[in-house]
Amino acid sequence: MKADLPIIELDGVAKHYGVVQALRDVSFALPQGSRVALVGHNGAGKTTLMKLMLGLIRPSAGSLRVLGEDPSAGVAGARQRLGWLPENVSFNPALTGREILRFFARLKGEPASAADVLLDRVGLSEAARRRIDGYSKGMRQRLGLAQAMLGKPRALLLDEPTTGLDPAVRQELYEMLAELAGGGTTVLLSSHALEELEGRVERVVILDHGRVVADGSMTELRRLAMLPVRLRLILVGDAAPDWVGGEAQRIGPRHFEVLCSQNEKMAVLRRAAGDPLITDLEVLQPTLDELYGHFLHSRMEITS
Amino acid sequence: MRVVLLIAGKEIREGIRNRWVVAATLLLAALALTLAFLGAAPAGRVGAGALEVVVVSLSSLSVFLLPLIALLLSHDAVVGEAERGTLLLLLTYPLARWHVLMGKFLGYVAILGLATLLGYGAAALALLLAGAQITPGGWWAFAYMLGSSVLLGAAFVALGMLASTLVRNRGTAAGIAVGLWLLLVLLWDMGLLGLLVADQGEHLSAGAVDALFLLNPADAYRLFNLAGLADVRTLSGMTALGGESGLSAPLLLAALAAWALLPLAAAAALFSRREL
Repeated sequence: MKADLPIIELDGVAKHYGVVQALRDVSFALPQGSRVALVGHNGAGKTTLMKLMLGLIRPSAGSLRVLGEDPSAGVAGARQRLGWLPENVSFNPALTGREILRFFARLKGEPASAADVLLDRVGLSEAARRRIDGYSKGMRQRLGLAQAMLGKPRALLLDEPTTGLDPAVRQELYEMLAELAGGGTTVLLSSHALEELEGRVERVVILDHGRVVADGSMTELRRLAMLPVRLRLILVGDAAPDWVGGEAQRIGPRHFEVLCSQNEKMAVLRRAAGDPLITDLEVLQPTLDELYGHFLHSRMEITS
Repeated sequence: MRVVLLIAGKEIREGIRNRWVVAATLLLAALALTLAFLGAAPAGRVGAGALEVVVVSLSSLSVFLLPLIALLLSHDAVVGEAERGTLLLLLTYPLARWHVLMGKFLGYVAILGLATLLGYGAAALALLLAGAQITPGGWWAFAYMLGSSVLLGAAFVALGMLASTLVRNRGTAAGIAVGLWLLLVLLWDMGLLGLLVADQGEHLSAGAVDALFLLNPADAYRLFNLAGLADVRTLSGMTALGGESGLSAPLLLAALAAWALLPLAAAAALFSRREL
Protein backbone atom coordinates (compact mmCIF):
# COMPACT_ATOMS: atom_id res chain seq x y z
CA MET A 1 0.00 0.00 0.00
CA LYS A 2 1.29 3.41 -0.89
CA ALA A 3 1.94 5.84 1.93
CA ASP A 4 -0.38 8.52 0.58
CA LEU A 5 -3.34 6.17 0.33
CA PRO A 6 -5.82 6.72 3.15
CA ILE A 7 -5.78 4.12 5.93
CA ILE A 8 -9.47 4.55 6.59
CA GLU A 9 -11.84 5.81 3.93
CA LEU A 10 -15.59 6.32 4.21
CA ASP A 11 -17.78 7.28 1.32
CA GLY A 12 -21.42 8.16 1.91
CA VAL A 13 -21.76 5.66 4.73
CA ALA A 14 -25.18 5.32 6.32
CA LYS A 15 -26.42 2.88 8.93
CA HIS A 16 -29.90 2.45 10.25
CA TYR A 17 -31.36 0.08 12.80
CA GLY A 18 -34.98 -0.24 11.80
CA VAL A 19 -36.26 3.32 11.70
CA VAL A 20 -33.41 4.68 13.80
CA GLN A 21 -30.86 6.48 11.65
CA ALA A 22 -27.56 5.92 13.43
CA LEU A 23 -25.38 7.37 10.66
CA ARG A 24 -26.23 9.32 7.51
CA ASP A 25 -23.98 10.09 4.60
CA VAL A 26 -20.67 10.08 6.46
CA SER A 27 -17.61 10.62 4.28
CA PHE A 28 -14.04 11.24 5.34
CA ALA A 29 -10.59 9.78 4.87
CA LEU A 30 -7.83 9.37 7.41
CA PRO A 31 -4.26 9.39 6.10
CA GLN A 32 -1.43 7.39 7.59
CA GLY A 33 -0.06 8.62 10.90
CA SER A 34 -2.84 11.09 11.56
CA ARG A 35 -4.42 11.67 14.94
CA VAL A 36 -8.10 12.38 14.65
CA ALA A 37 -10.82 12.86 17.25
CA LEU A 38 -14.44 11.92 16.74
CA VAL A 39 -16.48 14.25 18.89
CA GLY A 40 -20.16 14.08 19.62
CA HIS A 41 -22.60 13.55 22.44
CA ASN A 42 -23.95 10.15 23.42
CA GLY A 43 -25.81 8.55 20.56
CA ALA A 44 -24.20 10.74 17.91
CA GLY A 45 -22.90 7.65 16.12
CA LYS A 46 -19.27 7.46 17.27
CA THR A 47 -19.40 3.85 18.40
CA THR A 48 -21.47 2.80 15.38
CA LEU A 49 -18.82 4.31 13.13
CA MET A 50 -16.08 2.32 14.86
CA LYS A 51 -18.10 -0.88 14.70
CA LEU A 52 -18.47 -0.36 10.94
CA MET A 53 -14.72 0.11 10.57
CA LEU A 54 -14.18 -3.11 12.51
CA GLY A 55 -16.61 -5.07 10.34
CA LEU A 56 -18.87 -5.92 13.29
CA ILE A 57 -21.80 -4.40 11.42
CA ARG A 58 -22.45 -3.70 7.75
CA PRO A 59 -23.31 -0.28 6.33
CA SER A 60 -26.87 0.24 5.07
CA ALA A 61 -25.54 2.43 2.28
CA GLY A 62 -22.21 3.73 1.03
CA SER A 63 -18.86 2.03 1.23
CA LEU A 64 -15.88 2.01 3.50
CA ARG A 65 -12.36 0.67 3.27
CA VAL A 66 -10.04 0.03 6.17
CA LEU A 67 -6.39 -0.73 5.37
CA GLY A 68 -7.47 -1.22 1.77
CA GLU A 69 -10.12 -3.85 2.54
CA ASP A 70 -13.85 -3.94 3.06
CA PRO A 71 -14.08 -4.70 6.81
CA SER A 72 -17.46 -6.44 6.61
CA ALA A 73 -16.19 -8.93 4.02
CA GLY A 74 -15.02 -11.01 6.98
CA VAL A 75 -11.41 -11.32 5.87
CA ALA A 76 -9.02 -11.49 8.75
CA GLY A 77 -6.17 -9.72 6.93
CA ALA A 78 -6.93 -6.14 7.85
CA ARG A 79 -7.92 -7.01 11.41
CA GLN A 80 -4.39 -8.28 11.98
CA ARG A 81 -3.19 -4.68 11.92
CA LEU A 82 -6.16 -3.02 13.55
CA GLY A 83 -6.45 -2.27 17.24
CA TRP A 84 -9.65 -1.38 19.06
CA LEU A 85 -10.37 -0.23 22.56
CA PRO A 86 -14.12 -0.51 23.18
CA GLU A 87 -15.98 1.88 25.41
CA ASN A 88 -16.21 0.33 28.92
CA VAL A 89 -13.89 -2.51 27.96
CA SER A 90 -14.42 -5.77 29.84
CA PHE A 91 -12.57 -9.06 30.02
CA ASN A 92 -13.28 -12.59 31.18
CA PRO A 93 -13.09 -12.02 34.93
CA ALA A 94 -11.74 -15.42 35.90
CA LEU A 95 -8.48 -14.99 34.00
CA THR A 96 -5.46 -12.95 34.98
CA GLY A 97 -4.33 -9.89 33.04
CA ARG A 98 -1.36 -11.78 31.72
CA GLU A 99 -3.39 -14.79 30.61
CA ILE A 100 -5.90 -12.72 28.67
CA LEU A 101 -3.26 -10.54 27.02
CA ARG A 102 -1.22 -13.58 26.04
CA PHE A 103 -4.37 -15.16 24.61
CA PHE A 104 -5.04 -12.03 22.54
CA ALA A 105 -1.40 -11.86 21.46
CA ARG A 106 -1.53 -15.43 20.14
CA LEU A 107 -4.79 -14.68 18.32
CA LYS A 108 -2.94 -11.95 16.47
CA GLY A 109 -0.09 -14.35 15.75
CA GLU A 110 2.29 -12.60 18.13
CA PRO A 111 4.55 -14.36 20.63
CA ALA A 112 3.44 -14.37 24.27
CA SER A 113 6.40 -12.17 25.12
CA ALA A 114 4.76 -9.31 23.17
CA ALA A 115 2.01 -9.35 25.79
CA ASP A 116 4.49 -9.03 28.66
CA VAL A 117 6.22 -6.07 27.00
CA LEU A 118 2.89 -4.25 26.62
CA LEU A 119 1.80 -5.03 30.18
CA ASP A 120 4.96 -3.35 31.31
CA ARG A 121 4.35 -0.41 29.02
CA VAL A 122 0.89 0.32 30.44
CA GLY A 123 2.16 -0.15 33.98
CA LEU A 124 0.35 -3.40 34.76
CA SER A 125 3.30 -5.73 35.20
CA GLU A 126 2.76 -5.93 38.95
CA ALA A 127 -0.95 -6.75 38.63
CA ALA A 128 -0.38 -9.11 35.69
CA ARG A 129 -0.80 -12.26 37.77
CA ARG A 130 -3.97 -11.13 39.49
CA ARG A 131 -7.45 -12.03 38.32
CA ILE A 132 -9.21 -9.35 36.28
CA ASP A 133 -12.27 -9.32 38.55
CA GLY A 134 -10.04 -7.61 41.10
CA TYR A 135 -8.97 -4.85 38.69
CA SER A 136 -10.08 -1.25 39.04
CA LYS A 137 -11.74 0.60 36.14
CA GLY A 138 -8.46 2.33 35.33
CA MET A 139 -6.56 -0.95 35.31
CA ARG A 140 -9.08 -2.54 32.97
CA GLN A 141 -8.80 0.49 30.72
CA ARG A 142 -5.03 0.14 30.66
CA LEU A 143 -5.33 -3.57 29.90
CA GLY A 144 -7.69 -2.61 27.10
CA LEU A 145 -5.11 -0.22 25.72
CA ALA A 146 -2.45 -2.90 25.89
CA GLN A 147 -4.58 -5.32 23.86
CA ALA A 148 -5.32 -2.60 21.29
CA MET A 149 -1.61 -2.05 20.76
CA LEU A 150 -0.87 -5.75 20.15
CA GLY A 151 0.52 -6.63 16.75
CA LYS A 152 1.89 -3.17 15.87
CA PRO A 153 -1.42 -1.85 14.53
CA ARG A 154 -1.51 0.48 11.53
CA ALA A 155 -4.76 1.90 12.74
CA LEU A 156 -5.96 2.31 16.32
CA LEU A 157 -9.61 2.94 17.10
CA LEU A 158 -10.10 4.11 20.67
CA ASP A 159 -13.62 4.61 21.98
CA GLU A 160 -13.52 7.08 24.87
CA PRO A 161 -10.03 6.01 25.89
CA THR A 162 -9.54 8.44 28.75
CA THR A 163 -12.66 7.73 30.80
CA GLY A 164 -11.66 6.27 34.15
CA LEU A 165 -8.01 7.21 33.80
CA ASP A 166 -6.41 9.54 36.30
CA PRO A 167 -4.74 12.68 34.89
CA ALA A 168 -1.23 11.25 35.06
CA VAL A 169 -2.17 8.13 33.11
CA ARG A 170 -4.18 10.27 30.72
CA GLN A 171 -1.04 12.28 30.02
CA GLU A 172 0.92 9.07 29.44
CA LEU A 173 -1.79 7.81 27.12
CA TYR A 174 -1.61 10.88 24.91
CA GLU A 175 2.18 10.67 24.86
CA MET A 176 1.93 7.05 23.84
CA LEU A 177 -0.53 7.93 21.07
CA ALA A 178 1.76 10.70 19.79
CA GLU A 179 4.61 8.22 19.68
CA LEU A 180 2.50 5.68 17.80
CA ALA A 181 1.29 8.30 15.33
CA GLY A 182 4.90 9.35 14.82
CA GLY A 183 5.62 5.75 13.87
CA GLY A 184 2.91 5.87 11.18
CA THR A 185 -0.08 4.50 13.10
CA THR A 186 -3.35 6.23 12.36
CA VAL A 187 -5.14 7.02 15.61
CA LEU A 188 -8.87 7.68 15.72
CA LEU A 189 -10.29 8.39 19.13
CA SER A 190 -13.72 9.39 20.26
CA SER A 191 -14.31 11.70 23.15
CA HIS A 192 -16.67 13.96 25.04
CA ALA A 193 -13.84 15.77 26.76
CA LEU A 194 -13.06 18.36 24.13
CA GLU A 195 -10.80 20.47 26.28
CA GLU A 196 -8.27 17.74 26.80
CA LEU A 197 -8.01 17.15 23.05
CA GLU A 198 -6.47 20.58 22.47
CA GLY A 199 -3.01 20.02 21.10
CA ARG A 200 -3.46 16.23 21.18
CA VAL A 201 -5.11 15.69 17.82
CA GLU A 202 -4.58 17.27 14.43
CA ARG A 203 -8.12 17.01 13.32
CA VAL A 204 -11.59 16.93 14.80
CA VAL A 205 -14.66 15.39 13.22
CA ILE A 206 -17.82 16.54 14.95
CA LEU A 207 -20.77 14.18 14.70
CA ASP A 208 -24.33 15.03 15.52
CA HIS A 209 -27.27 12.69 15.07
CA GLY A 210 -25.20 10.52 12.76
CA ARG A 211 -24.09 13.34 10.50
CA VAL A 212 -20.72 15.01 10.18
CA VAL A 213 -21.32 18.65 11.10
CA ALA A 214 -17.70 19.80 11.09
CA ASP A 215 -14.37 18.33 10.01
CA GLY A 216 -11.02 20.06 10.23
CA SER A 217 -8.16 21.15 12.43
CA MET A 218 -8.90 23.14 15.56
CA THR A 219 -7.72 26.35 13.87
CA GLU A 220 -9.84 25.73 10.82
CA LEU A 221 -12.87 25.04 12.93
CA ARG A 222 -12.32 28.20 14.91
CA ARG A 223 -12.07 30.21 11.70
CA LEU A 224 -15.16 28.55 10.27
CA ALA A 225 -17.18 29.18 13.37
CA MET A 226 -16.14 32.86 13.49
CA LEU A 227 -16.74 32.85 17.20
CA PRO A 228 -15.71 36.09 18.92
CA VAL A 229 -12.64 36.34 21.13
CA ARG A 230 -13.24 37.51 24.65
CA LEU A 231 -10.89 40.12 26.11
CA ARG A 232 -11.00 40.36 29.86
CA LEU A 233 -9.87 43.81 31.03
CA ILE A 234 -8.84 44.53 34.58
CA LEU A 235 -9.08 48.26 35.38
CA VAL A 236 -7.03 50.43 37.70
CA GLY A 237 -10.02 52.24 39.13
CA ASP A 238 -13.77 52.04 38.78
CA ALA A 239 -13.90 54.21 35.68
CA ALA A 240 -14.06 52.29 32.43
CA PRO A 241 -12.25 53.70 29.38
CA ASP A 242 -14.72 55.42 27.05
CA TRP A 243 -13.77 53.27 24.05
CA VAL A 244 -15.14 50.26 25.88
CA GLY A 245 -18.59 50.56 24.44
CA GLY A 246 -21.92 48.85 24.54
CA GLU A 247 -20.62 45.36 23.80
CA ALA A 248 -18.59 45.38 27.01
CA GLN A 249 -19.93 43.61 30.01
CA ARG A 250 -19.06 44.25 33.62
CA ILE A 251 -18.34 40.88 35.19
CA GLY A 252 -17.07 42.03 38.56
CA PRO A 253 -15.54 44.99 40.34
CA ARG A 254 -13.03 46.54 37.91
CA HIS A 255 -13.44 43.55 35.56
CA PHE A 256 -14.80 43.99 32.08
CA GLU A 257 -15.23 41.61 29.22
CA VAL A 258 -15.16 42.77 25.61
CA LEU A 259 -16.23 40.60 22.70
CA CYS A 260 -14.52 41.18 19.40
CA SER A 261 -14.11 39.28 16.16
CA GLN A 262 -10.85 37.59 15.24
CA ASN A 263 -10.17 40.36 12.69
CA GLU A 264 -10.55 43.22 15.14
CA LYS A 265 -8.68 41.47 17.88
CA MET A 266 -5.24 43.00 17.27
CA ALA A 267 -6.60 46.54 17.00
CA VAL A 268 -8.44 46.22 20.27
CA LEU A 269 -5.40 44.67 21.94
CA ARG A 270 -3.15 47.56 20.88
CA ARG A 271 -5.62 50.04 22.15
CA ALA A 272 -6.02 48.29 25.49
CA ALA A 273 -2.26 47.94 25.89
CA GLY A 274 -1.83 51.67 25.44
CA ASP A 275 -4.57 52.66 27.83
CA PRO A 276 -3.32 53.65 31.32
CA LEU A 277 -6.71 52.81 32.85
CA ILE A 278 -6.12 49.13 32.18
CA THR A 279 -3.73 47.27 34.41
CA ASP A 280 -4.04 43.76 33.03
CA LEU A 281 -5.78 41.84 30.29
CA GLU A 282 -6.50 38.24 29.35
CA VAL A 283 -7.34 36.90 25.90
CA LEU A 284 -9.86 34.06 25.99
CA GLN A 285 -10.04 32.05 22.76
CA PRO A 286 -13.38 30.38 22.15
CA THR A 287 -13.28 27.04 23.94
CA LEU A 288 -13.88 23.79 22.18
CA ASP A 289 -17.13 23.45 24.03
CA GLU A 290 -18.27 26.75 22.55
CA LEU A 291 -17.10 25.58 19.13
CA TYR A 292 -18.95 22.34 19.55
CA GLY A 293 -22.05 24.14 20.67
CA HIS A 294 -21.78 26.45 17.70
CA PHE A 295 -21.64 23.62 15.18
CA LEU A 296 -24.46 21.71 16.84
CA HIS A 297 -26.57 24.84 16.96
CA SER A 298 -25.91 25.82 13.35
CA ARG A 299 -26.94 22.35 12.24
CA MET A 300 -30.21 22.62 14.07
CA GLU A 301 -30.90 25.87 12.23
CA ILE A 302 -30.28 24.16 8.90
CA THR A 303 -32.71 21.36 9.68
CA SER A 304 -35.46 23.52 11.14
CA MET B 1 -7.39 -24.64 13.64
CA ARG B 2 -4.77 -22.90 15.78
CA VAL B 3 -7.32 -20.23 16.65
CA VAL B 4 -9.98 -22.83 17.51
CA LEU B 5 -7.59 -24.60 19.87
CA LEU B 6 -6.58 -21.29 21.46
CA ILE B 7 -10.19 -20.51 22.23
CA ALA B 8 -10.86 -24.05 23.47
CA GLY B 9 -7.81 -23.76 25.72
CA LYS B 10 -9.07 -20.50 27.15
CA GLU B 11 -12.50 -22.05 27.84
CA ILE B 12 -10.91 -25.00 29.64
CA ARG B 13 -8.75 -22.68 31.70
CA GLU B 14 -11.80 -20.65 32.65
CA GLY B 15 -13.69 -23.86 33.45
CA ILE B 16 -10.95 -24.91 35.83
CA ARG B 17 -10.75 -21.42 37.34
CA ASN B 18 -14.52 -21.22 37.82
CA ARG B 19 -14.53 -24.64 39.53
CA TRP B 20 -16.78 -26.04 36.82
CA VAL B 21 -14.47 -28.96 36.20
CA VAL B 22 -14.08 -29.74 39.89
CA ALA B 23 -17.78 -29.43 40.63
CA ALA B 24 -18.87 -31.61 37.70
CA THR B 25 -16.20 -34.23 38.42
CA LEU B 26 -17.06 -34.46 42.10
CA LEU B 27 -20.77 -34.69 41.38
CA LEU B 28 -20.35 -37.43 38.80
CA ALA B 29 -17.81 -39.31 40.95
CA ALA B 30 -20.01 -39.19 44.04
CA LEU B 31 -23.04 -40.50 42.16
CA ALA B 32 -21.03 -43.11 40.28
CA LEU B 33 -19.44 -44.41 43.48
CA THR B 34 -22.78 -44.55 45.25
CA LEU B 35 -24.35 -46.48 42.38
CA ALA B 36 -21.37 -48.78 42.08
CA PHE B 37 -21.59 -49.94 45.66
CA LEU B 38 -25.30 -49.70 46.35
CA GLY B 39 -26.17 -51.09 42.95
CA ALA B 40 -23.81 -54.03 43.39
CA ALA B 41 -25.90 -55.57 46.17
CA PRO B 42 -28.74 -57.04 44.06
CA ALA B 43 -26.44 -57.87 41.18
CA GLY B 44 -24.89 -60.81 42.94
CA ARG B 45 -28.06 -62.83 42.62
CA VAL B 46 -28.31 -62.77 38.84
CA GLY B 47 -24.60 -63.36 38.47
CA ALA B 48 -23.92 -60.42 36.25
CA GLY B 49 -20.55 -58.72 36.13
CA ALA B 50 -20.22 -55.83 38.54
CA LEU B 51 -19.22 -53.36 35.86
CA GLU B 52 -22.21 -54.20 33.65
CA VAL B 53 -24.50 -53.32 36.52
CA VAL B 54 -22.68 -50.04 36.91
CA VAL B 55 -23.06 -49.37 33.19
CA VAL B 56 -26.81 -49.84 33.39
CA SER B 57 -27.29 -47.69 36.45
CA LEU B 58 -24.78 -45.05 35.40
CA SER B 59 -26.21 -44.63 31.92
CA SER B 60 -29.69 -44.23 33.41
CA LEU B 61 -28.23 -41.51 35.59
CA SER B 62 -26.15 -39.90 32.85
CA VAL B 63 -29.19 -39.44 30.69
CA PHE B 64 -30.52 -36.97 33.26
CA LEU B 65 -27.37 -35.42 34.57
CA LEU B 66 -25.04 -34.95 31.60
CA PRO B 67 -27.55 -33.01 29.48
CA LEU B 68 -28.16 -30.76 32.45
CA ILE B 69 -24.46 -30.05 33.02
CA ALA B 70 -23.91 -29.58 29.28
CA LEU B 71 -26.78 -27.10 28.98
CA LEU B 72 -25.67 -25.21 32.09
CA LEU B 73 -22.22 -24.82 30.58
CA SER B 74 -23.20 -23.94 27.06
CA HIS B 75 -26.34 -21.80 27.24
CA ASP B 76 -24.15 -18.89 28.30
CA ALA B 77 -21.54 -19.35 25.56
CA VAL B 78 -22.47 -16.55 23.19
CA VAL B 79 -25.18 -14.53 24.88
CA GLY B 80 -23.26 -14.39 28.15
CA GLU B 81 -20.13 -13.02 26.50
CA ALA B 82 -22.24 -10.62 24.49
CA GLU B 83 -23.87 -9.30 27.66
CA ARG B 84 -20.59 -9.02 29.51
CA GLY B 85 -19.16 -7.15 26.54
CA THR B 86 -16.27 -9.52 25.90
CA LEU B 87 -17.63 -10.94 22.65
CA LEU B 88 -17.30 -7.81 20.51
CA LEU B 89 -13.64 -7.37 21.32
CA LEU B 90 -12.90 -11.01 20.56
CA LEU B 91 -14.61 -10.74 17.17
CA THR B 92 -12.41 -7.81 16.12
CA TYR B 93 -9.42 -10.14 16.22
CA PRO B 94 -8.34 -11.88 13.03
CA LEU B 95 -10.63 -14.89 13.28
CA ALA B 96 -13.87 -16.13 11.76
CA ARG B 97 -16.97 -16.28 13.89
CA TRP B 98 -17.32 -20.05 13.56
CA HIS B 99 -13.84 -20.33 15.08
CA VAL B 100 -15.27 -18.88 18.27
CA LEU B 101 -18.21 -21.33 18.32
CA MET B 102 -16.06 -24.33 17.45
CA GLY B 103 -13.46 -23.39 20.06
CA LYS B 104 -16.04 -22.98 22.76
CA PHE B 105 -17.75 -26.23 21.76
CA LEU B 106 -14.49 -28.16 21.98
CA GLY B 107 -13.65 -26.51 25.27
CA TYR B 108 -16.98 -27.43 26.86
CA VAL B 109 -16.86 -30.97 25.51
CA ALA B 110 -13.34 -31.31 26.92
CA ILE B 111 -14.51 -30.08 30.34
CA LEU B 112 -17.45 -32.47 30.25
CA GLY B 113 -15.33 -35.34 28.95
CA LEU B 114 -12.75 -34.81 31.65
CA ALA B 115 -15.40 -34.74 34.37
CA THR B 116 -17.07 -37.89 32.99
CA LEU B 117 -13.80 -39.77 32.59
CA LEU B 118 -12.56 -38.88 36.07
CA GLY B 119 -15.91 -39.23 37.81
CA TYR B 120 -17.00 -42.52 36.27
CA GLY B 121 -13.43 -43.77 36.09
CA ALA B 122 -13.27 -43.39 39.86
CA ALA B 123 -16.20 -45.79 40.19
CA ALA B 124 -14.59 -48.39 37.94
CA LEU B 125 -11.32 -48.03 39.82
CA ALA B 126 -13.07 -48.40 43.15
CA LEU B 127 -14.79 -51.59 41.97
CA LEU B 128 -11.44 -52.94 40.80
CA LEU B 129 -9.83 -52.11 44.13
CA ALA B 130 -12.72 -53.69 45.99
CA GLY B 131 -11.89 -56.94 44.23
CA ALA B 132 -14.88 -57.17 41.89
CA GLN B 133 -14.72 -59.57 38.96
CA ILE B 134 -14.62 -57.58 35.78
CA THR B 135 -14.80 -59.31 32.43
CA PRO B 136 -13.32 -57.85 29.22
CA GLY B 137 -16.90 -57.49 28.01
CA GLY B 138 -17.64 -55.42 31.06
CA TRP B 139 -14.72 -53.13 30.28
CA TRP B 140 -15.96 -52.74 26.72
CA ALA B 141 -19.44 -51.87 27.88
CA PHE B 142 -17.96 -49.37 30.28
CA ALA B 143 -15.75 -47.81 27.60
CA TYR B 144 -18.72 -47.54 25.22
CA MET B 145 -20.73 -45.94 27.98
CA LEU B 146 -18.00 -43.39 28.63
CA GLY B 147 -17.61 -42.54 24.95
CA SER B 148 -21.32 -42.28 24.29
CA SER B 149 -21.73 -40.18 27.46
CA VAL B 150 -19.29 -37.64 26.05
CA LEU B 151 -21.21 -37.72 22.76
CA LEU B 152 -24.45 -37.18 24.63
CA GLY B 153 -22.85 -34.25 26.42
CA ALA B 154 -21.60 -32.88 23.10
CA ALA B 155 -25.11 -33.06 21.63
CA PHE B 156 -26.54 -31.02 24.48
CA VAL B 157 -23.60 -28.61 24.43
CA ALA B 158 -24.39 -27.98 20.76
CA LEU B 159 -28.10 -27.51 21.52
CA GLY B 160 -27.27 -25.10 24.35
CA MET B 161 -24.97 -23.13 22.08
CA LEU B 162 -27.64 -22.90 19.42
CA ALA B 163 -30.01 -21.47 22.04
CA SER B 164 -27.25 -19.11 23.11
CA THR B 165 -26.78 -17.72 19.59
CA LEU B 166 -30.51 -17.42 18.94
CA VAL B 167 -31.41 -15.06 21.76
CA ARG B 168 -30.17 -11.70 23.02
CA ASN B 169 -30.80 -12.25 26.70
CA ARG B 170 -29.15 -14.65 29.13
CA GLY B 171 -32.41 -15.32 30.93
CA THR B 172 -34.09 -16.38 27.72
CA ALA B 173 -31.20 -18.69 26.91
CA ALA B 174 -31.43 -20.27 30.35
CA GLY B 175 -35.18 -20.71 29.89
CA ILE B 176 -34.70 -22.42 26.54
CA ALA B 177 -32.04 -24.68 28.09
CA VAL B 178 -34.36 -25.76 30.90
CA GLY B 179 -37.16 -26.27 28.36
CA LEU B 180 -34.94 -28.41 26.15
CA TRP B 181 -33.91 -30.51 29.11
CA LEU B 182 -37.49 -31.05 30.24
CA LEU B 183 -38.67 -31.85 26.74
CA LEU B 184 -35.90 -34.18 25.62
CA VAL B 185 -35.03 -35.86 28.91
CA LEU B 186 -38.36 -36.11 30.73
CA LEU B 187 -41.39 -35.38 28.58
CA TRP B 188 -40.37 -37.05 25.34
CA ASP B 189 -40.40 -40.58 26.78
CA MET B 190 -43.63 -40.03 28.64
CA GLY B 191 -45.22 -38.71 25.49
CA LEU B 192 -43.85 -41.63 23.51
CA LEU B 193 -45.11 -44.13 26.07
CA GLY B 194 -48.53 -42.49 26.09
CA LEU B 195 -48.60 -42.58 22.32
CA LEU B 196 -47.72 -46.26 22.21
CA VAL B 197 -50.32 -47.16 24.82
CA ALA B 198 -53.02 -45.15 23.10
CA ASP B 199 -52.09 -46.51 19.70
CA GLN B 200 -52.15 -50.17 20.81
CA GLY B 201 -49.71 -50.96 18.02
CA GLU B 202 -52.28 -50.30 15.31
CA HIS B 203 -50.99 -47.32 13.37
CA LEU B 204 -47.44 -46.72 14.49
CA SER B 205 -45.00 -48.94 12.65
CA ALA B 206 -41.77 -50.11 14.27
CA GLY B 207 -39.91 -47.78 11.90
CA ALA B 208 -41.85 -44.79 13.11
CA VAL B 209 -41.06 -45.65 16.72
CA ASP B 210 -37.38 -46.03 15.82
CA ALA B 211 -37.44 -42.64 14.15
CA LEU B 212 -38.97 -41.09 17.26
CA PHE B 213 -36.12 -42.56 19.28
CA LEU B 214 -33.51 -41.12 16.94
CA LEU B 215 -35.16 -37.70 17.07
CA ASN B 216 -34.06 -37.40 20.66
CA PRO B 217 -30.37 -37.62 21.60
CA ALA B 218 -31.23 -38.78 25.11
CA ASP B 219 -33.19 -41.75 23.74
CA ALA B 220 -30.47 -42.61 21.25
CA TYR B 221 -28.02 -42.67 24.16
CA ARG B 222 -30.30 -44.75 26.35
CA LEU B 223 -30.91 -47.31 23.64
CA PHE B 224 -27.25 -47.52 22.78
CA ASN B 225 -26.23 -48.26 26.34
CA LEU B 226 -29.14 -50.34 27.57
CA ALA B 227 -30.01 -52.32 24.48
CA GLY B 228 -26.94 -52.08 22.31
CA LEU B 229 -24.72 -54.54 24.12
CA ALA B 230 -25.83 -58.12 24.67
CA ASP B 231 -24.52 -58.57 28.22
CA VAL B 232 -26.07 -55.36 29.33
CA ARG B 233 -29.35 -56.00 27.54
CA THR B 234 -30.32 -58.90 29.75
CA LEU B 235 -29.63 -56.80 32.80
CA SER B 236 -31.51 -53.77 31.74
CA GLY B 237 -34.66 -55.63 30.85
CA MET B 238 -34.49 -54.38 27.32
CA THR B 239 -34.03 -57.76 25.64
CA ALA B 240 -37.25 -57.60 23.75
CA LEU B 241 -36.76 -54.08 22.60
CA GLY B 242 -33.12 -54.58 21.68
CA GLY B 243 -33.97 -57.61 19.65
CA GLU B 244 -36.83 -56.12 17.71
CA SER B 245 -35.57 -52.62 17.12
CA GLY B 246 -34.02 -51.91 13.79
CA LEU B 247 -31.61 -49.53 15.44
CA SER B 248 -28.06 -50.80 15.38
CA ALA B 249 -25.36 -49.46 17.67
CA PRO B 250 -23.51 -47.58 14.88
CA LEU B 251 -26.78 -45.98 13.79
CA LEU B 252 -27.47 -44.78 17.32
CA LEU B 253 -23.96 -43.39 17.64
CA ALA B 254 -24.33 -41.68 14.28
CA ALA B 255 -27.58 -40.13 15.49
CA LEU B 256 -25.82 -38.82 18.60
CA ALA B 257 -23.00 -37.38 16.49
CA ALA B 258 -25.53 -35.76 14.16
CA TRP B 259 -27.21 -34.22 17.19
CA ALA B 260 -23.88 -32.67 18.10
CA LEU B 261 -22.99 -31.42 14.63
CA LEU B 262 -26.28 -30.14 13.24
CA PRO B 263 -27.13 -27.64 16.00
CA LEU B 264 -23.52 -26.48 15.95
CA ALA B 265 -23.64 -25.91 12.20
CA ALA B 266 -26.96 -24.08 12.56
CA ALA B 267 -25.51 -21.92 15.32
CA ALA B 268 -22.48 -21.10 13.16
CA ALA B 269 -24.68 -20.15 10.21
CA LEU B 270 -26.85 -17.89 12.38
CA PHE B 271 -23.93 -16.34 14.20
CA SER B 272 -22.00 -15.44 11.06
CA ARG B 273 -24.93 -13.36 9.78
CA ARG B 274 -25.76 -11.68 13.02
CA GLU B 275 -25.03 -7.98 13.51
CA LEU B 276 -23.61 -7.15 16.88
